[in-house]
Amino acid sequence: MSVLTTIIMLPLIGALTLLFVPSRHKTVVRMIACSVTFLSMLLAALTFFEFNASDGAGYRNEQITPWVESLGIQYHVGVDGINIALMLMAAVVGYSATLVAKSITTRSKEFHVLLLIMIGGVLGAFASLDLFFFYFFHELALIPTFIMIGFWGRGENRNYITFKVTLYLSLGALIALVGLVMLYVKAGAGSFDIVEITKAVQANPISLADQNMIFPLLLFGFGILVSLWPFHTWAPMGYGAAPTATAMVHAGALKKFGLYGLIRIALPILPDAAAYWAHIIAWLCLGNLLYCGWVAMRQKNLNLVIGNSSVAHMGFVFLGISSLSLIGVTGAITVMVAHGFLAALTFGLTGYLADRGKSLELDQMGGILKSMPAIGSFLVLALMAGCGLPGFANFVGEAMVLFGSWSSFSMITIFGVWAGLVIGAVYMLRALRRALHGPLASNYEGVADASGIGAKAPYLILIVFLTLFGVFPRMLTDKISPAVESSLDLMKSTTSLTVAEKLNTDSADQTSEAPLAAESNSRGNLAESPQLESTQG
Amino acid sequence: MNTSLMFLEILVALAGLGILVGDLWTPDKHKKKLGYGAAAFLGILFLISFQVQVGNVKYAFGGMYILDSLAIFFKRVFLLAGGVVMLMAVEFTPKIKRGVSEFYALLLFALAGMMIAASAYDFSLLFVTLELITITFYILASYLRSETASLEAGVKYLILGALSSAVLVFGIALLFGSTSALSFLEITETLGQSSGSLASNPLAIAGAVLVFAGLAFKLAIFPFQFWAPDVYQGAPSPVTAFLAVGSKAAGMVLVLRVLFQALPSITLNWSAFLATLAIFTILYGNLAAIPQKNLKRMLGYSSIAQAGYLMMGIVAMSSAGASAILFYLVGYAVTVLSAFLTLTLCVNAIGSSEIKSLSGLMDRSPLLASTMILAMVSLAGIPPLVGFFGKFMLIQSVVESAPAGWGCLVVAAIIGVVASLYYYLGVVRAIIWDKSPNTELEKIQISTPSQALLYAGIFMMIYLGFFQNQVVEAAQNAASVFNF
Repeated sequence: MSVLTTIIMLPLIGALTLLFVPSRHKTVVRMIACSVTFLSMLLAALTFFEFNASDGAGYRNEQITPWVESLGIQYHVGVDGINIALMLMAAVVGYSATLVAKSITTRSKEFHVLLLIMIGGVLGAFASLDLFFFYFFHELALIPTFIMIGFWGRGENRNYITFKVTLYLSLGALIALVGLVMLYVKAGAGSFDIVEITKAVQANPISLADQNMIFPLLLFGFGILVSLWPFHTWAPMGYGAAPTATAMVHAGALKKFGLYGLIRIALPILPDAAAYWAHIIAWLCLGNLLYCGWVAMRQKNLNLVIGNSSVAHMGFVFLGISSLSLIGVTGAITVMVAHGFLAALTFGLTGYLADRGKSLELDQMGGILKSMPAIGSFLVLALMAGCGLPGFANFVGEAMVLFGSWSSFSMITIFGVWAGLVIGAVYMLRALRRALHGPLASNYEGVADASGIGAKAPYLILIVFLTLFGVFPRMLTDKISPAVESSLDLMKSTTSLTVAEKLNTDSADQTSEAPLAAESNSRGNLAESPQLESTQG
Repeated sequence: MNTSLMFLEILVALAGLGILVGDLWTPDKHKKKLGYGAAAFLGILFLISFQVQVGNVKYAFGGMYILDSLAIFFKRVFLLAGGVVMLMAVEFTPKIKRGVSEFYALLLFALAGMMIAASAYDFSLLFVTLELITITFYILASYLRSETASLEAGVKYLILGALSSAVLVFGIALLFGSTSALSFLEITETLGQSSGSLASNPLAIAGAVLVFAGLAFKLAIFPFQFWAPDVYQGAPSPVTAFLAVGSKAAGMVLVLRVLFQALPSITLNWSAFLATLAIFTILYGNLAAIPQKNLKRMLGYSSIAQAGYLMMGIVAMSSAGASAILFYLVGYAVTVLSAFLTLTLCVNAIGSSEIKSLSGLMDRSPLLASTMILAMVSLAGIPPLVGFFGKFMLIQSVVESAPAGWGCLVVAAIIGVVASLYYYLGVVRAIIWDKSPNTELEKIQISTPSQALLYAGIFMMIYLGFFQNQVVEAAQNAASVFNF
């Protein structure tokens, strides 16, 4: 049994165990929940730090167990550079969310059961190398999310939001499911195993027409899950209404599922369609970066500012993916990891305030830094990381994405820089000034700060990882880039088109260079990696 | 004569007669024991049915009756459903004023009819078993004689059922007229032999369409779905459950046999036509279920929608599609039986089947609440419950064989599932967080057999959602009788 199976099963077994604990033993419930997620995080961290990128780009810690053989379904888990960091991020966010869940007082046992199922599902989705289980694990979280927002959620509009989030998420998931099933059928491998499908399409690429049918299904299916503009409206209000722990796991970890799916499945298996659709992704991501950033600027509620900014940050990941270059995709994955920590941190902190019954309307906040030095300073760090301050992992990823996309989409990159550096700074700094500085708002008088290491721990863990990867980005990128490189190589070798055909399918703004060709340029850049050096400051 | 092939059916029918006779010596207060006995007997038969070895196909009554892996698969589903429904009927007994034992006996007769339907290989036997099932249900649906809703359900089912039977007989007559045969075996040969000329004979095609229409009534496929909501709402809950699971599965096995074993040379190019029906069935069932306030009525509409999903497997016209249907039916049976058992117990305790009245159920009985929640989520088709895997197989089979119009069908299925989430999760919302109007909430007491059955239902919904392999293999084995 692979260590990955243990990491996934720990929260799920924890959830099962909790069912047999009487609800009145709240401490026992907390102890079980915290210890399983802590162990899971510990194992994930060990696996991450043991991971040696120089061993090549293949999968480690693999486990293959036949499941429904006649349909080509098997339980197959394994990690390479792309998902090992995501596993670590998901496990850390999961543990931190479980710590935060202490504030749940009504029906706390049921909440912990649902939370653990959700965490197990996220971890399973990132570890799975079989399309069926990849989808199955992700969907484990759908109903827990629905119940958690509905029962423990905040706000008067909760009912509407609960249904909106659930319907949106299941619509996205179903569209992606049809895409995945079509992928299985067209690849002709008779298996849902990603590794085998990749092998099969290398020998026998999927026809361009089929690729162009499957890719949009995956793009928009996963896109809805990731809040790709214009399918993003569920996200800010959903995170505003969700209980703190749920918002942390969902915004931090679960949302990255769709992006991971695009990188892991859509790029290497559908290379021609990816090259064709890259432009469209790039333009759509401007919707996230500019439009959602703009929307965030106008928000009067701290949670909605953060929710919209979290949607805006997804634009960087899409931009990185659309560049189809080594540095861009590596940057995209780095942003995914960094944003996971960051989103969990910010939603954890705003949740801390909201759970104490305080309004998050910006005009009713103020002076929090004075009365709550710890929570206030964490919030400063989080907001600074959110506008891409060097020293945090977000900066590394965003900078790499922008370097990577420059050669493919220079115009869009300019807008991206504008959105990331200017608009992002405007709303983050404005929120910071309104909420944290100035005289103490009457509303916030007498609110206790997080005191003691136990109360600060959930935020500290996230900050540690955020700065660790911000100061030593090579810990991440050295693991990620070989895997991305082999994935992009695969993409090149799988393509069924001749250069002439490729030029035909490319739109007019790519006069001589197809994105695939552009990608080799930027790979050259990475070898010298002036950008990488510069990010280590 | 291979009468021994029918021993399961014969035993079920004998049990029905036995109850009628035993009723004479049973005082009123012990009548429930007859029901428990019958349920236990069906459970034993269910276990025995796994001992029936189906090496090669066996026939009885001159080819009228067939025993193949498909037949035995369905007999197991029916026995399982029959046993659970019988326990539900026992729970329901207090509501029946007179004729408790007859209620049990009629359920057994309907069950025998369904089991024979699984083996029907001749249009005359098909008609007889279908009438056995339907006529029994006319009586069962109107069993609560003092309630107008129940009487209305019975009358509605009678009128529309009689109409559909007439259509069916007319179709059979046309087929007999054009092929001069009733046995599936002979009809296939006749239609296949004449190098397709007979298969394109308008008379034969009209016959096939009418037979399909008659069977579509049982499945509640659009445009033959009108009876479902009213009958589901008005009929006693155990009867509704049996209608939803047993009658639907019986209709399905007959449709499969008629389309793919009796008339394949006509029906194999029907996929566009069937896909259209499936699209309308899915959309109608799901969209009409959204505004419903009564749980039984909502489940009636949802059963229409589920019939639409099942049609996807037929449209696929492949063995993958057929095995998807069989797996789906097993999952559907487990889920719907759990839902209706919960419903029966809730109605007993609360006295209403309005969705609103379920609020506060989480406090009154966590077991009932969790079963209902899981059943709703499974019907909606969300992992990790069994309903998901059935839908997954159906979608896969449609995408794989890519028949005409499959794109629209898949889009309709997606719209249907998303729409269905709204009303299924509406029930979950009512149970978990809607505020109950009446504040005094007593705990609901549940009898031990029902409790065991609820736990078994929960377990099966989750177990089959994770470990699908055995049922998938059984379904594939059963579906191997079709040659595509």
